[in-house]
Amino acid sequence: MTGTTISELQVKGKYGKFGGQYVPEVLMPALEELEEGYERYKNDPEFLAELDHYLRDFGGRETPLYFARNLSKKYGTKIYLKREDLVHGGAHKLNNAIGQALLAKFMGKTRLIAETGAGQHGTATAMVGATLGFETIVYMGAKDIKRQQMNAYRMELMGTEVKDVETGSKTLKDAINEAFRDWVTNIGNTHYLIGSVVGPHPYPMIVRDFQSVIGREVKEQAIEKEGRLPDSIIACAGGGSNAMGIFHPFVEDREVRLIAVEAGGKALKCTEKAALHSACLCAGEEGILHGARTKVLQDKNGQILESESVSAGLDYSGVGPELACLAESGRVTARYVTDDEAIEAFNELSRLEGIIPALESSHALAYLKKAAESGELGEFVVVNLSGRGDKDLETVLSLKRGI
Amino acid sequence: MRTEMKTETRAELRAEIRRQKISEKFSELREKKEGALISYVMAGDPSAEATCGIVRALANGGADIIELGFPFSDPVADGPTIQAAGQRALAAGMDTERYFELVRDLEVEVPLICMTYYNPVFRYGVEKFVEHAAEAGISGLIIPDIPVEEAADLKHSCEKHGLDLIFLVAPTTTDARIRKILQRGSGFIYLVSRLGVTGARDNVAGSTKELLSRVETEIPKAVGFGISTGRQAAEVRKAGADAVIVGSAFVKIIEEGKDVKERLEALSRELKSGILEAN
Repeated sequence: MTGTTISELQVKGKYGKFGGQYVPEVLMPALEELEEGYERYKNDPEFLAELDHYLRDFGGRETPLYFARNLSKKYGTKIYLKREDLVHGGAHKLNNAIGQALLAKFMGKTRLIAETGAGQHGTATAMVGATLGFETIVYMGAKDIKRQQMNAYRMELMGTEVKDVETGSKTLKDAINEAFRDWVTNIGNTHYLIGSVVGPHPYPMIVRDFQSVIGREVKEQAIEKEGRLPDSIIACAGGGSNAMGIFHPFVEDREVRLIAVEAGGKALKCTEKAALHSACLCAGEEGILHGARTKVLQDKNGQILESESVSAGLDYSGVGPELACLAESGRVTARYVTDDEAIEAFNELSRLEGIIPALESSHALAYLKKAAESGELGEFVVVNLSGRGDKDLETVLSLKRGI
Repeated sequence: MRTEMKTETRAELRAEIRRQKISEKFSELREKKEGALISYVMAGDPSAEATCGIVRALANGGADIIELGFPFSDPVADGPTIQAAGQRALAAGMDTERYFELVRDLEVEVPLICMTYYNPVFRYGVEKFVEHAAEAGISGLIIPDIPVEEAADLKHSCEKHGLDLIFLVAPTTTDARIRKILQRGSGFIYLVSRLGVTGARDNVAGSTKELLSRVETEIPKAVGFGISTGRQAAEVRKAGADAVIVGSAFVKIIEEGKDVKERLEALSRELKSGILEAN
């Protein structure tokens, strides 16, 4: 403690009015312990050396910043892709999973739990759980297991127990609820490895920090390749971890435009019980979900609405509080594209560049298509290609067949 | 016209009686050296109409205070029994306005507590929610996902409208946190008897006694999570609790849907006599 007069009730982890710690009392000591652990190890040379080792030799970092020649030609501007699809496991999720699992190990935890939507974060957790010797349990909504069976099997292959969640809407938000319930029951030996920049403080901060490796690399690579910072950076946003990861190191560089592209689903409308989209920044309202005050999809009584998107990884009723704050302040521009536009971009990148993007990342690419013509993106654009699309082939194929 | 007015006045009178402070209820019981039974059910499960009869049955059976849950779509602190009750209530159309209407119409005179999560309160407007709750005859609020650090607005509104804000203490809560909670809690302190979510369990934790001794206060101490039988209620009372909180065991009876009122009343009697025997 420093000598300043910080009230003992100072609210921690606020981003403007967003963020905070809205959790049951039973979790508060665990959040305090996690924050202390993180502050203790985040600059510890031994911790950082191990993190670096795993990111490099296990994860395959650094990832290239790839000049997409054909795409650039088509849209008349220089387009670079940050190749997070090349990270071990096929998505950026591993960056955070390695960081948190190592932290848990340093803190003496023996059991990892995680939630997963698309299965990418669950897979990343299963990978680090196996290599670091944790007992690993992943909660996954029954509806998501159905649409991502291969990912569920991949996790099991690596020794993770995949628990299907049959409560509520049977998707990501319910998987998070179940993971919280597990955590309150097994708090002593268990680390809850949250996969996005959501949840109570300190999670949005920790996940952002571990994902910021993306943006730090982009910064160096941009200077190396173009001698300057990009005019625009585009990333898709569900919870917002790949977006915060690539944006964070650029927040102070006001000349770089940061654009978060949300899942517009079928349309930016709601029925009584569900939203037809997952666009919390564009169409959500202030609320409290999963431990944080942020923008959420809800009805007039404060009941959380089910979200919808062709991409399981964006299909979430909330968004990270820091991203909500950056969007509200205008530093980040929030936009959305529909399912159809995302699929079109998915096809286009595969065809033009020989890279099959994840449906999540396809949202960022689809916005590029929309905005490049107007010239608003400038002459040097970076798109965060957060994951590869192999996992989505079945989804896209069944849409094509009209099933 | 005249009869309508009469009903209205009667409802208001009942709301007035119910607005009895929770603390008054506890002092009344303390004089008799009696432990309290606090019973929980979900409002609107299976329907708003049914809840009226259900609440009456609980009171007839001996409930001293009733917690009336307002459903939330994502109840992280609740186990499967109460989650399912919330889903049923939402499906049957429970919403904020109907909840306050239902509370106003209840024909019981025990203090009522509203238990819900923070988002429905926040969305309705914290000040407005507390004000309308007080008008309807609610005496206190339990919001399990709001720790003391985030509760300043809510506490302010509760003080303004004379509602108790009841905080939880868990086995993991440190002594430093207990002190913070005791400074801000009123009505009673809700001691979570064991780690985990709500739901009936065979064995009520031995940690209850330790937790009770760690929470040193004049504010009454109520123990909940996992209690479902008269024997367990007696154990908790013997360990030094001023009150025993039971929820999932009642909700299960409602879920089963057979002889609901009779069984609710019988279980209430069993629990209350367990508490009384422990004296």
